[in-house]
Amino acid sequence: MGRIVLEKVVKRFGEAEVIPPLDLTIEDGEFTVFVGPSGCGKSTLLRLIAGLEDTTDGRIVIDGKDATGLPPAKRGLAMVFQSYALYPHMSVRKNIAFPMKMAGMDQAEQDRRIAKAAGALNLTDYLDRKPGQLSGGQRQRVAIGRAIVREPSAFLFDEPLSNLDAALRVGMRMEISELHKKLATTMVYVTHDQVEAMTMADKIVVLRAGHVEQVGSPLELYRTPRNTFVASFIGSPKMNLIEGPEAAKHDAHTIGIRPEHIDVSSESGLWSGVVGVAEHLGSDTFFHIHETGLAETITVRADGEVSLTHGDKIYLTPRPDVIHRFSADGLRMKDELAVA
Amino acid sequence: MARAVTTQRKAINTALAWAIGLLIFFPILWTILTSFKTEATAIADPPVFFFFDWTLENYGVVMERSNYGKFLWNSIAIAGGSTLLGVIIAVPAAWSMAFVPGRRTKDILLWMLSTKMLPAVGVLYPIYLLFIKLGILDSKIGLIIVLMLINLPIIVWMLYTYFREIPGEILEAARMDGAGLKEEIIHVLTPMALPGIASTVLLNLILAWNEAFWTLNLTAAEAAPLTAFIASYSSPEGLFFAKLSAASTMAIAPILILGWFSQKQLVRGLTFGAVK
Amino acid sequence: MATQHSRSAARLMMAPAVVLLLGWMLVPLTMTLYFSFKKYLPLRGGDLGWVGFENYVRFVTSSAFWPSIQTTLVLVGGVLIITTVLGILLALLLDQPMWGQGPVRILVIAPFFVMPTVSALVWKNFFMDANYGLFSYLWEFFGAEPIQWLSQASMPSLVLIVSWQWLPFATLILLTAIQSLDSEQLEAAEMDGAPALKRFWFIILPHLSRAISVVILIQTIFLLGIFAEIFVTTGGAFGTKTLTYLIYQRVLESQNIGLGSAGGVYAIILANIVAIFLMRIVGKNLDN
Repeated sequence: MGRIVLEKVVKRFGEAEVIPPLDLTIEDGEFTVFVGPSGCGKSTLLRLIAGLEDTTDGRIVIDGKDATGLPPAKRGLAMVFQSYALYPHMSVRKNIAFPMKMAGMDQAEQDRRIAKAAGALNLTDYLDRKPGQLSGGQRQRVAIGRAIVREPSAFLFDEPLSNLDAALRVGMRMEISELHKKLATTMVYVTHDQVEAMTMADKIVVLRAGHVEQVGSPLELYRTPRNTFVASFIGSPKMNLIEGPEAAKHDAHTIGIRPEHIDVSSESGLWSGVVGVAEHLGSDTFFHIHETGLAETITVRADGEVSLTHGDKIYLTPRPDVIHRFSADGLRMKDELAVA
Repeated sequence: MARAVTTQRKAINTALAWAIGLLIFFPILWTILTSFKTEATAIADPPVFFFFDWTLENYGVVMERSNYGKFLWNSIAIAGGSTLLGVIIAVPAAWSMAFVPGRRTKDILLWMLSTKMLPAVGVLYPIYLLFIKLGILDSKIGLIIVLMLINLPIIVWMLYTYFREIPGEILEAARMDGAGLKEEIIHVLTPMALPGIASTVLLNLILAWNEAFWTLNLTAAEAAPLTAFIASYSSPEGLFFAKLSAASTMAIAPILILGWFSQKQLVRGLTFGAVK
Repeated sequence: MATQHSRSAARLMMAPAVVLLLGWMLVPLTMTLYFSFKKYLPLRGGDLGWVGFENYVRFVTSSAFWPSIQTTLVLVGGVLIITTVLGILLALLLDQPMWGQGPVRILVIAPFFVMPTVSALVWKNFFMDANYGLFSYLWEFFGAEPIQWLSQASMPSLVLIVSWQWLPFATLILLTAIQSLDSEQLEAAEMDGAPALKRFWFIILPHLSRAISVVILIQTIFLLGIFAEIFVTTGGAFGTKTLTYLIYQRVLESQNIGLGSAGGVYAIILANIVAIFLMRIVGKNLDN
């Protein structure tokens, strides 16, 4: 069981309020991702749940029990750190065994759990090595192994993939997702990478300056961002935000249109511009277009075979049903019915 | 620079550096050589370098006549005792500063270092008086305390810089894994910081061994360490070159060997981390 | 960042060190200040009452004061110049590719580990002795009249001895600093057409500036307190009485505690001026 409830949680460092009163419920078995730009308080929030920081005010309830004042070890949670935080002077086996040793578990049970975790994480051949002799991905697995053997009620991940190279990151992402499917244990995962959030999460919590901007499934956030911040944070490349007369046509202060929701043509369209940079990825082409009169740059995702290049004239037509409208204070406006 | 250098240039560098190195080392070398000469050879005109009848006689005489063993033991007890005591007091303090830094931590650390700058002569009489009142003048325990206090800032500082290199996340991981403060320090921090603690101990042994203000002024017959033993040779009437050399060699040999192991730590410890 | 629990544990664990050092600083300092305002002669009547600033005035107006300041300046300044300049040159040399770099380093550093009383005696007897010292042989060999080093050229001799002790320290620190210089910077300068001397002047020297200031400040603090070397070689005679040695004599030799304490207060003030600059550099380094 791993239902985590935050009730009016506040964190202040001296005068600075890092987390203003915040309510959040993480359901049992859910994969929840905290995402936001650096300094948004997502790591602090995770550390509050872990018990590595004191809450200034409010309550943290884990499994129905008030855990606000409990030390980290008593909360039944396991954490995987950004730097993996392996004990460099201990072998992989001892690293994984450490939490069980601290809990005074008997040796046979320790060995059984180590064997099981090592098998699941492909670490069996490395048990007697020191962390320094392992690759980044292997270290990551040891850190996860150390967390698994405690059979915690929830796993906490603090940007666990940010130290890995791009290819490895994709692989580990899948492994963690699969692990979640297999264990069905609550996982709370912090990242600044919206791609990780989108691909792994059951529920995404978008944070900015300690405030929850929006909570929802990845597709909810993609389809109906609650404000311009979420709109531009979720999705890659970023949503185009257009102000001025073009927005006024939709009775909005700002309209947003995702790069993949604009059709391009070399002959005609609603808007026109000049190609600045064309990034040909093979499967797709990203155009960064200037001189549209809408915004400094409009980004468009087109088919991989479109062969326009720098300096070419380009015509754009947004798909009317996926235009997002925002008011002057950045909040999402009710979807308009189709515009003629 | 990662680049091939001509052999010729490397040879010139080598010759020059070795010549200067030997020149700087010469007084020590000469002392060691003289310690193996007879008194007559030691003052021979012209001086002889390697080709003389080597003898161990001086070492025997120094040990017999001057109670060398007692001075040596005093040096070991004072340097070792003050270092050990200092480390025991400094480890918890350095742990606190490195892993639970507060707003005042930096100020406290700088203040500690600044006590190291207090000129000894400025507080000579008060300490002298206190030692008499406490009955610890010319006692090992008195010197252990004073040397511990003058080196404590350096010990705290060095341990602090070593501890700071240990990522806080590892200690937090230990806390998540159920380790209490005691287990955290015993199972995780100490084994990880062991090389740093060893270097700190080494450098402070050297500093305490060579300390020559308090050891000269606060000791007489009873607790005098090797620094005072050597100083007693400065009176001209008791002067014999070869024996003085033997005594000097015995006084510096242990620390010279330790010192060679601690070059790197020397920089860290004595510049308070201002040069890396 | 931490929890309340670890913060209170931290405070408790820091307490012994803080309390001890606070005591070590405040108790003797207060006593020195106290004595400095008294006429206090333990062997000639003991405590003879308060005298206000008389000791402070007498200390600076005594005939020994200004010569001691001059001696101190010559000693500190001379050693600083010699060790810094030679230290830079030596560090540059040791940074060059060569055979046996490790052993050479050891040779150069060795003097630092020799206890002050030993190095003073070794120099005094084996090198500077007028009859049997190696310098006399050398002088005679070239047909010159041997010099009574420690009496006729006492200050240069003392500067030489102390420089020999401290040159390793300067060299080691400057070498460490040179080695931390990014070699790409030098290569870039070379690509830009800067000859070796200009590379030294415009890149290496600025890079070393902080290390040099640290060497100067730390050495100054230690050099102001030089004691054993003078004690063993000249005993303060022949114009080698530094401020430190003068205070020592007032306190322990002539047992004029009040006067010595006033001198001690001057020494503390002087050391603190240097310490402030040093602490600034150290403090800056703590921030990053």
